[in-house]
Amino acid sequence: MPKSIKTLLSGFARSPLLIPFSMLAVLIVFNLIMDPAFFRITVVTNNAGYPSMQGRIVAILNNGSELAILAIGMTLVTAASGGQDISVGAAASIAGAVILRVVCGDETAPTALHASIIAAVLASIGVAMCFGAFNGVLVSVFKIQPMVATLILFTAGRQIAYWIGGGKILNAPGDVFKYFGNNIPGIAIPTPIFITLACIVVIALVLKFTNLGLYSQTVGINVKSARLNGLNPVWIKTLTYIIMSVCVAIVGFIKVSRTGNINYDTLAKDIEMDAILAVAIGGNALSGGKFNLTGSIIGAYIIQFLTNTLYATNVSSDSLKAYKAIVIIVIVVIGSPVLKEYADRLFRRGGAAQGVRS
Amino acid sequence: MKKGINTFNSRHTLEKRREPMTDTNLLLSITIGIFVLFYGFSMVKFGGGFLRPNQFFDIFNENGALIIIACGLSVVMVAGGIDISVGGVTSFVCMVSVVMLDDHGFSVAQTLLLALGIGLAFGAAQGFLVSYLEIQPFIVSLAGMFFARGATTMVEVNPRTVQHVSFKALRGVKLNLPFGYTANNGNFIAAKLELGVIIALAIVIVIFIILRWTKFGRSLYAVGGNSQSALMLGINVKRTRFCSYLLCGLLAGIAGFVYLLHTGSGSVTQFSGAEMKAIASSIIGGTLLTGGVGNIIGTLFGVLLLATINLIVIALKLKGPWWQGITVGFMLSLFIILQSVILSYRNRRRATI
Repeated sequence: MPKSIKTLLSGFARSPLLIPFSMLAVLIVFNLIMDPAFFRITVVTNNAGYPSMQGRIVAILNNGSELAILAIGMTLVTAASGGQDISVGAAASIAGAVILRVVCGDETAPTALHASIIAAVLASIGVAMCFGAFNGVLVSVFKIQPMVATLILFTAGRQIAYWIGGGKILNAPGDVFKYFGNNIPGIAIPTPIFITLACIVVIALVLKFTNLGLYSQTVGINVKSARLNGLNPVWIKTLTYIIMSVCVAIVGFIKVSRTGNINYDTLAKDIEMDAILAVAIGGNALSGGKFNLTGSIIGAYIIQFLTNTLYATNVSSDSLKAYKAIVIIVIVVIGSPVLKEYADRLFRRGGAAQGVRS
Repeated sequence: MKKGINTFNSRHTLEKRREPMTDTNLLLSITIGIFVLFYGFSMVKFGGGFLRPNQFFDIFNENGALIIIACGLSVVMVAGGIDISVGGVTSFVCMVSVVMLDDHGFSVAQTLLLALGIGLAFGAAQGFLVSYLEIQPFIVSLAGMFFARGATTMVEVNPRTVQHVSFKALRGVKLNLPFGYTANNGNFIAAKLELGVIIALAIVIVIFIILRWTKFGRSLYAVGGNSQSALMLGINVKRTRFCSYLLCGLLAGIAGFVYLLHTGSGSVTQFSGAEMKAIASSIIGGTLLTGGVGNIIGTLFGVLLLATINLIVIALKLKGPWWQGITVGFMLSLFIILQSVILSYRNRRRATI
């Protein structure tokens, strides 16, 4: 084996992305065996008469959008504050309610938009940022553990969404509103995929051209030394929660745009657990510090892959959780530091023996 | 020589101990104070039911299982972990018990043993993964919760009510207390405590004793406070963590049985969100998620305080069903902020000295 390939391989073996990537590979192979037509994509004409892509891989990418966007924010929050935001599902419900409230005005099913969609989205981002700042201030200024601080919004969030929506199911008028959760006429690829891509590109640019990534890791590793080095941990932590809330608002928008109406109780239900899981599967420590955004995003798609695969193998939606739990445990056991160390020791011993022989 | 080492060790642990214990006592007294304040406030403001002892003991009757799982959770949290599977395990145990009692002819004792067994199995599996394989507790117990909830639907999808005769008789066992109120027709209605609550209170006392006066309890605080120095003190950190999960699982199993004693039925969605309520109760009672600080009495009062807040919100008769959740959230945030401000003020004062 040429040396460069060998170093590349050993570099990959040590990279934190090994587990997520190999997990994804296993899932793809399993799916291909179960269903050889797994990658087949067909373009069909949907009800509105426009082309739209169908196929399992498209469904995974499409339905995984929300999780991938949330994983971005959750990674930053985890890195900076060493804890997780468990209020994202409830906050997404609030964001969705704000959008529909602005679009619908006082009616429950208006015939025309009361305000432009952009205004509605901006309003929901604004409201979400307020709630994000609330969480962030609780965590950074009052030094409350993130899970506890966000427990407040977790308990109250959906009720706040009810209150904003007036307790009624709101229906957005027109087809344009649904473009963002389904297809734009003439473009076969579902719009959420584009929105996710845009989010990933934006956050990648932000991380490349600003110090956000470096600063949030510094704060996450050691708050005291970050402060002594002239950083402002309060502001950086709050900022990550605000970024998280922008992600939440986008997710709320995609969710309400998919159906055109809102169900306050079930919108993005339990998504906080999946988002935290995505961060962990991506090889990030939930105790904060260094992060790996690519891993988190891949983790999000792994979870969607898993859900889709389990549905495809005719697991009932009720017992889906039990199988998901088993797979999660297998993933984390394979990636556990103790096993890794053990494997490392075996590998090194093998390498040493080889060296003696040659 | 040996004696010397021992005294060194004990002095060292004593000093380590005193630090969190004072914080614990402060947080505990805040919780009890606020509970008394809230309950007193509602007695004055709303009168009626709040003035009767029956309502006070009904809080216990409603929350027997919650008290038990909150105790288990506090033990795990003191040792620096977290277990969000407790609600799911409780619900699973409850459903399995119903099915076993009615369909498979299990006796009450056998069912109780099975309940304990299931709880222990969950505790052992999660404890092994967390302590010996060093996997993050949140992920492990999240998977535990998913598994328990999924397994519940595999056992039985439809809601069931227990028909077993001797179990029904057991459900009827209630302790009449010497207080109560006189109804309008002149009958004296005594306050009652259910069997499950008596079990729950006994568990509170046992866990209190374990945490305060046993070697295992003290090592839980040491491991949660600083696992590195606990290791240097010669404490078996891994085994202590494992045992904390084992205890928590066992308590979740008991809670499942107690919950069945209270409701007499099993359904797939029951007890959902209980883990968050239990975590909130523990935290309100002064247990820190970071470990090393906590008190079981505080946890008990945390459960009571949350229940009281709910009762107050109902008594306020607000228009719109959403106000209940919003008010609970608002009060929770007030409480958490108050706790944090007092603690940080103390820390600052201590630092200046």
